Amino acid sequence: MEKIDSNLLESIADLHEIPAGAYNIRKNGEGFSRRSTANIEIVTKTDKPGIDIIVAPFTKNESVHIPVIITETGVDDLVYNDFYIGEGAEVLIVAGCGIHNSGDEKSQHDGIHTFHIGKNAKIKYVEKHYGEGDGKGERVLNPVTVVEQEEGSVCEMEMVQIKGVDSTVRDTKAHLAAGARLIMTERLLTHGNQYARSDMEVYLDGEDASSQIISRSVAKDNSKQIFHPNAIGNAKCRAHVTCDSIIMDDATVSSIPAITANSADAQIVHEAAIGRINNDQLIKLMTFGMNEEEAEEVIIQGFLK
Amino acid sequence: MLKLENVSFKVDVDGEVLEIVDNVSIEVPDGAFTVITGPNGGGKSTLARLIMGIEKPTSGRILYNDIDITNMSVTERAKLGIGYAFQQPPRFKGLTVRRLLSLAAGSELPVDECCGYLTSVGLCSKDYLNREMDNSLSGGEAKRIEIATLMARKLGLAIFDEPEAGIDLWSFSMLVESFKAMSKGSHQSVIVISHQERIMQLADEMVVIAGGKIRETGPKDKIFPKLMGEFNENCGFRGKEE
Repeated sequence: MEKIDSNLLESIADLHEIPAGAYNIRKNGEGFSRRSTANIEIVTKTDKPGIDIIVAPFTKNESVHIPVIITETGVDDLVYNDFYIGEGAEVLIVAGCGIHNSGDEKSQHDGIHTFHIGKNAKIKYVEKHYGEGDGKGERVLNPVTVVEQEEGSVCEMEMVQIKGVDSTVRDTKAHLAAGARLIMTERLLTHGNQYARSDMEVYLDGEDASSQIISRSVAKDNSKQIFHPNAIGNAKCRAHVTCDSIIMDDATVSSIPAITANSADAQIVHEAAIGRINNDQLIKLMTFGMNEEEAEEVIIQGFLK
Repeated sequence: MLKLENVSFKVDVDGEVLEIVDNVSIEVPDGAFTVITGPNGGGKSTLARLIMGIEKPTSGRILYNDIDITNMSVTERAKLGIGYAFQQPPRFKGLTVRRLLSLAAGSELPVDECCGYLTSVGLCSKDYLNREMDNSLSGGEAKRIEIATLMARKLGLAIFDEPEAGIDLWSFSMLVESFKAMSKGSHQSVIVISHQERIMQLADEMVVIAGGKIRETGPKDKIFPKLMGEFNENCGFRGKEE
């Protein structure tokens, strides 16, 4: 593996070497290396680019890594990844995309991920986005995530984009059957002239479905962020939506949390806040001997952790 | 030794100059426990903020161990060993109590050391180590953690701005114990701004400030008896009725 490849893999998937368990590494729009295991099968789609990841029912304590790296300029990669999680399975899925663009053309990766999560199955999905490279070419990531949760399933998703992605439009939709639970955490830092938009629709269709949607972001420089999560309660259910942003410099943040109840028994709450780092927070850390920049960094890191 | 020489702090409010601190000169000897007291709005908190460097005096000099710190930043003063506990501690989303104490100490603190600090401010440590220092903490809890952050530092001078404010009476006794220990222990000098008789009783030195000016200063045994009769029924010092 080349140095750029391993740097990108480390940034997006904490991988220092080929992972244990099932994995599929995609590089510059093509499959690069892959391993299936007895319980997790990865197969190439025949009708469109992408893979199916099939997790056998009642698989426990296994993980699957599906990182994507782009190291060339001018790549436009569109990929469909479908996850079929069998009944009662418990797995960790680590995805993510790293772009190293040192050329002057745009490099783009649009991952369309669909999760079919079986009855009482439990998944944790971690996705990190990262961009680097000193070219003028833009680094663009437009992920689409579709989640279908069957009864009693639990889906915990963590989406992180900390650095270097010029433009992101994220589109997420989820449907929850009875007793299903979805915890979605989004963490975002934009700087320079970056643009990030996230639209989410979470449908709580079954009785006692519950969801927690948490978005935390920091907008620096001239960057622009728009959040628009919507929790829709179609039955007796519970949902909580929180959008919390730190705004700095000349950035713009727009938070538009929405809640919709189509059942009198739906309990849905939203909270949203945007604010700058307050002076007392900085002074407090400066009384520990930090300078202003160090204090700011500690506050941002804590906030996004 | 901390020395304030003719320190004034004036603010301009709609063209009217207000003397928040008016020509104050005091000396805080090394190793002393000094209580600054006086009526609300008398300039006590401003004086503490001037010593920490959060505000800069409009005239006068501040010396710490013979170094002129008048124009030094908060960071520089912190590095010289001055610490400050806020009257209303700022909250931090995402920062755990353990991380905050470690940031105060300047290095990652072992669990048992963090627990020691929390216990001495009356908090059950295992419940709090991984709690975030955010708005989910009550005023009293945040206040006690704020005091613990000063204990975690190696300081030459620790300043506490009304540590008793927001703390219930039961915890207050614990707090007094902590201050008692502190006055004998780790910090070379402690300045506490307080209205509480029980904290004043711990003092070596006292300073009474009213209207931005020093009204009295000297050893507790001399000053404290003069204040008797000026406490309200909760032992809070209110100052003389004008």
